[in-house]
Formats: sequence, structure tokens, C-alpha cells
Amino acid sequence: MQPKLTLLSDEIIARILGEAHELLLKPGIKVQNAEARELLAEAGAKIDPETQVAQIPATLVYKALESVPRDFYLYDYDGNPTVHYGGDSVHFDPGSSGITILNPETLEHDTTETEHLIRLIKVAEQLPQYDAQSTAVICHDVPKEIQDSYRLYLALLYSKKPIVTGAFTNKTVQEMIDMLVLFEGSAKAAREKPRAIFDVCPAPPLIWSNFGAGNLIALARAGVPAEIVSVPLSGAAAPVTMLGTVTQHTAECFAGIVIHQLAHPGSPIVWGGAAAIFDMRKGATPMGAVETAMLDCSYAQVAKTLNMPTHTYLGATDSKLVDAQAGLESGISAMVGALSGINMISGSGMLDFLACHSAEKLVLDAEGIAMAKRMIGGVKLHTDTLATGFYDHNINFKGGDFLKQKVTMKLFREEQHLPSSVIDRDSTRAWKAAGSLDAFGRCKLRVIELLASYRRPEIDPEKERRLYAFVLDLAKKCGLEELPKLEDFHPV
Amino acid sequence: MSEELYKEMAQSIIDGDSDISTELAKKSIELKMHPLETITKGFVVGVNYIGDQFGLGEAFLPELVMAGEAMKAAIAVLEPELLKLGETRQMLGRVVLATVEGDIHEIGKTLVGTMLSASGFEVVDLGVDQPADNIIGKALEINADIIGMSALLTTTMVRQREVIEELDKEGLRPRIKVMVGGAPITRDWVTKIKADGYSEDAIGAVKIAKDLVGKGN
Repeated sequence: MQPKLTLLSDEIIARILGEAHELLLKPGIKVQNAEARELLAEAGAKIDPETQVAQIPATLVYKALESVPRDFYLYDYDGNPTVHYGGDSVHFDPGSSGITILNPETLEHDTTETEHLIRLIKVAEQLPQYDAQSTAVICHDVPKEIQDSYRLYLALLYSKKPIVTGAFTNKTVQEMIDMLVLFEGSAKAAREKPRAIFDVCPAPPLIWSNFGAGNLIALARAGVPAEIVSVPLSGAAAPVTMLGTVTQHTAECFAGIVIHQLAHPGSPIVWGGAAAIFDMRKGATPMGAVETAMLDCSYAQVAKTLNMPTHTYLGATDSKLVDAQAGLESGISAMVGALSGINMISGSGMLDFLACHSAEKLVLDAEGIAMAKRMIGGVKLHTDTLATGFYDHNINFKGGDFLKQKVTMKLFREEQHLPSSVIDRDSTRAWKAAGSLDAFGRCKLRVIELLASYRRPEIDPEKERRLYAFVLDLAKKCGLEELPKLEDFHPV
Repeated sequence: MSEELYKEMAQSIIDGDSDISTELAKKSIELKMHPLETITKGFVVGVNYIGDQFGLGEAFLPELVMAGEAMKAAIAVLEPELLKLGETRQMLGRVVLATVEGDIHEIGKTLVGTMLSASGFEVVDLGVDQPADNIIGKALEINADIIGMSALLTTTMVRQREVIEELDKEGLRPRIKVMVGGAPITRDWVTKIKADGYSEDAIGAVKIAKDLVGKGN
């Protein structure tokens, strides 16, 4: 039995859904994309052309919820379904779109470039706790017109895992879809065995921006999975109460799903977000706050009553270093996310309100994720008797007796998670002999090991060639004659 | 009598109560108190107190914003009276605020606007997604002392530089000073784009703005 954390009663969930429908009528949803407004109007929503506010009746929401797939998979390079969106499946991926990276030596937050994204991909590729890659940081060494596509390009070159990605403009989302189609060989292949999912954000409160709504439409038509990342901020861009925030989140998701399903019924879409409270002292959006985790747990519960696949942003910290605060915020929130049965939990590796990434933190977080996954593995019944069968003739009322049992050897790996060298369980003497390192010191060593053992996956050279030519062409269009040199990729 | 009323005025701001600050402003007019003195000896005292308390970590953003709103409400009552007397409130300076083109985040910018106007600046907030032309055009139109620009995305913060370059090209600096803010903005960035000021938060922004117009303490 998978242990579950729930925070809302059925009665409260019913009220959330009811009031979310009310919000869709009054004040309505501001839809800043003309095509989305047309789709809504054709389907029977009332649009005020002056204010761009759409009033979306509940019937449209019900219809959209009927055509949404209840579950779907993302596939790895070899075509294996490795990420399941739906039910209570739980997966983790590194956070997306960081703008700085923690330099493990200077502890400065350096501006991110190509080498940093590759470093993060290499580390995440080898950690089984991450079921998917993300386009983790922005590469500032290429022009901003191609930054979205370029991140996906690197992920496709350096990883075999599914990819959580996203685009900041309507133009780049289309380029990225084209890139996936080119890589997979056909639009049909990209649709039937999707490798990537795209985050798409509404703007709180109750706005679907031009590019957000435009991206939903483009993704729906391509049949490439979309992941709504609604970001209500309690007390600033959403009601101060958790229930008010979750209700606004519900309304934003409803509106997004309606637009998406109107563009192409049956295309996959995920109920997700990066909800947070608003810190009333600093004006910040703390991702490590327990209330942030409670919001996510709550909206996931709402999604589950609608049988929607789920996503959230947890497992991150607001600390600037991989320190005790980072460990406790990331660990606790990853645990809450896992116990909430959220299908994709993004955010690992991230510091500083999702601005800064760290390979060392990815390694630390992998341990927290392993603990969370062990937790939801639950307490299992392995043996016919619970205990009596263990006390056979070999028991001499001595400690250590159970080490001699075959069943111990057989079952201990299932019962106990074996942490990596990042978790210290040494004797003091051994710990001192190993250099008296703290967790960050051990993470640094582990990253060095992982980078040394990494080998770029073998990818069909023809696919690589097509991919390279496509991105080079994009680069040339904005004045960049050559793409940055990559140490283990030499296109012909 | 007026001393007591001044205290009540300050308290209405501290409590963030627009209804009471409006009432007290009206009462001061009935009592024929001088509107300028009402503002400086009454309401401004409350704003300064909340600002200080915020700096000390004793007051929080909702209190700051509500104080700003209560201040705005009182000023709205008193400003026409000032005009009748042929006087204007001595403003610290004129500020055009905007979130740059391509960016729709505005919580921080709006906070800055609230605090600047509560502190005695005349603020025109253009809102979000504002191209350089709009920002500069408005600044010229109102003869602004300061342009304040916000950006939350690294992809849009480059627009701050574009506005500054445009101002330089037109020879509008140092006449118009430029303040920038937003989550991805660092001191390095501020130096790189040659902005005149930068603050981490709304209270700091007031101090910077005062310095930029030569009214710092």
C-alpha cells in the first residue's frame, strides 16, 4: 500500500471546484491570445473584446475534462516508457531554467553557459532517482533567440532520459516541436512516443498570456504533452489563504485545459504548478516553505479527484548554498511531494528561489528522493509470519543472530535503501580518516566521480546530424555562425 | 487639538485604514488646517514609521502596502485643497515606472510605486510589457527625474539596457536617472548596463530615489 498524504476533505474539494467554476464566470479569465479567444468564443464562452476577459461556463470545462487523457507516458531514447503521468506514480526531475550555477569552489553563483548545462545533464543522467532530465539552466553564451531550442538540443545530445522542458515564446515552442519531430523522424513518432513535455505557465491572477495560451495551442495541435505550471503566490498574486490559492490554481488549470482541448481534443496535458506563499518580509516566493509544499499537496488532491495527471515544483531550497537549510527544505518538500502521489516533481538541484542550480545539490537531493521513494514504497509483508518464523533453532538470544539468516541476505536490499557515499554512516574514526568532510564536501567528490564515469550515449549519427544542422540554422538566422564547441560531440 | 489629530492621522496610516485617513483628511479641511501641514505633520509621520518598522523587520509587506493606500486616499482629499490655495505639494521628484517589454511581472514594481508615492514622489506607473519608446516618451512628457524599470526574467532584463542605451543616444542622461530592479538583477548587471541605482526591495528603492534626486538624508 502506497502511503498517502491528504490535507483536504471531500467536502472542501467540492467547494474548491464549485468556486473555481464561479471564478471562471466572475471575474472570468483574461485571455491575451487572439486565437485562444476565438476558440473559446466559438465554443460558447462569452468574451469581452475590450478587456479580453473570457467567461468560461462549467459545461466547457466538463467537456474538456472528458477528452483529456487520464494517463500517458514519456519515452526514453530507446523507446521505453519510463515516465508515467497518471495515478499515484511519482517521478522526479531537476528544476528548470536556472540562470546561475553554484560554483563549488568559489561558492559564487556564476552566470550559466553551455558547459554548466552539460555538467548538470551528465550528473542527472547517472542518478537513477531522476526519471527525467530537464532543460536545467539557460545558456547565456548563445543568443537569446535560440536559448530555448539550444537547451533542448543539449539535452537530446547528452541524455537518453525523457526531458521536461519549456519555451519562453510562441516562436521557440514551435521550433522545439519541429526539432523533436526532426529528431524522432516524424510528427507521428513525436506524438505517439513523446520524449519531452513542455511547461506552460498562466500568469496569476487568472491570466493566460499571449505566449502561454499560444504555447498550449501549438502543443495541443502537435500532440506533444503540455504541463500547466500555474504559479499563484498566496497573499500577493493570489488570496492569502491556502484554500483561496488552491481555488485560483484550479480555475487557472481549468481555463488552460479548456483552451488546450479546444485546440485539439485528446492531446495530453498535466495539472501542475509552482504555487508558493509570498514572503511578507522579503517579498520573495519561498519554494522551501512548508506552506508551499502544503499548497502543492492540496492542488494535487484536487487534480486526483478529476483523475488528472499531476506535476509540481518541490525539492528545491531558498538557501544560497548546499547547506543545512538546503538539506532540510529540499528533503522535507520532496517527501511531501512523494507522499502526495505527484507524477512529476521538478525542482531538485535548485537553490535561491529556483534561480540557481547546483550539480552538488542534485547529488544531495538524489538521497532525499531515494528516502522519499523508499517511504512511498511502504511497509511490505514479505514473509508468511511477521516475526515468529525468524526465531528458529539458530536463535541463541544473541545479537547478530539474524545476520546469519538467509532471509536477511535475501530481503535486506528490499527493506533498506542503501544510500551513496553522500550520506555519512561512518564511525568517527573512519569519517576523520576520509577527510572529516561535511555533506557538501562529500557531494563535491561524488560529482567528480559521476563526471569521470559519464559517457555520452550512443545516438544515431544521422539523428545527431539532423539535430545539429537544425540548431545551427537557427543560430545563423540570429547572427551566430558557429555553435559553441562541445568536448565530446564533433558533428561532421 | 491639531496635535492630537496629527497623531490620529499618523495612526490611520500605520493601521492602513483608508476610510479613517480619508475621514481625518476631510475633518482637517473642516477645521481649516493647512493641507500641507496636515500631510507633513500628520500622515507622512505614519508612513515614515511603517517604513522604519519594515526596515527593522517589525512590519510586513501587507502593512506597508496598506499604509501606502491609506496615504494615497488622504492625499486625494487634500490635493484639491492645496490647488485651491494656489499651492502644490513639494514633491521629491517625478518617477516613471514600468516592467520592461516581454515581461508581465509586476508585484515588486507596484510595491516600489506605492512606497515612492507614499514617500512624496509623483509616480506614473505604466504597468507591464512596456517597450522602450513608451517608457522614454512618458518620461519626457511628464519631465521625469527618474525612470524605474523592473524585469523578472533573464530573457527580459536585457531590455533595461536597451532603454538606457536609447536614453544615452538621445542625450537624456544624466537629466533622467535610471533605477532598475527585479529578481535576476545583480550589482554586476547594474554596473554593466550603467544604471544609476538599484535596490533589493521597495524601502531601499525609496532611499535610492531620494539620493538620485539629491534629497537623501
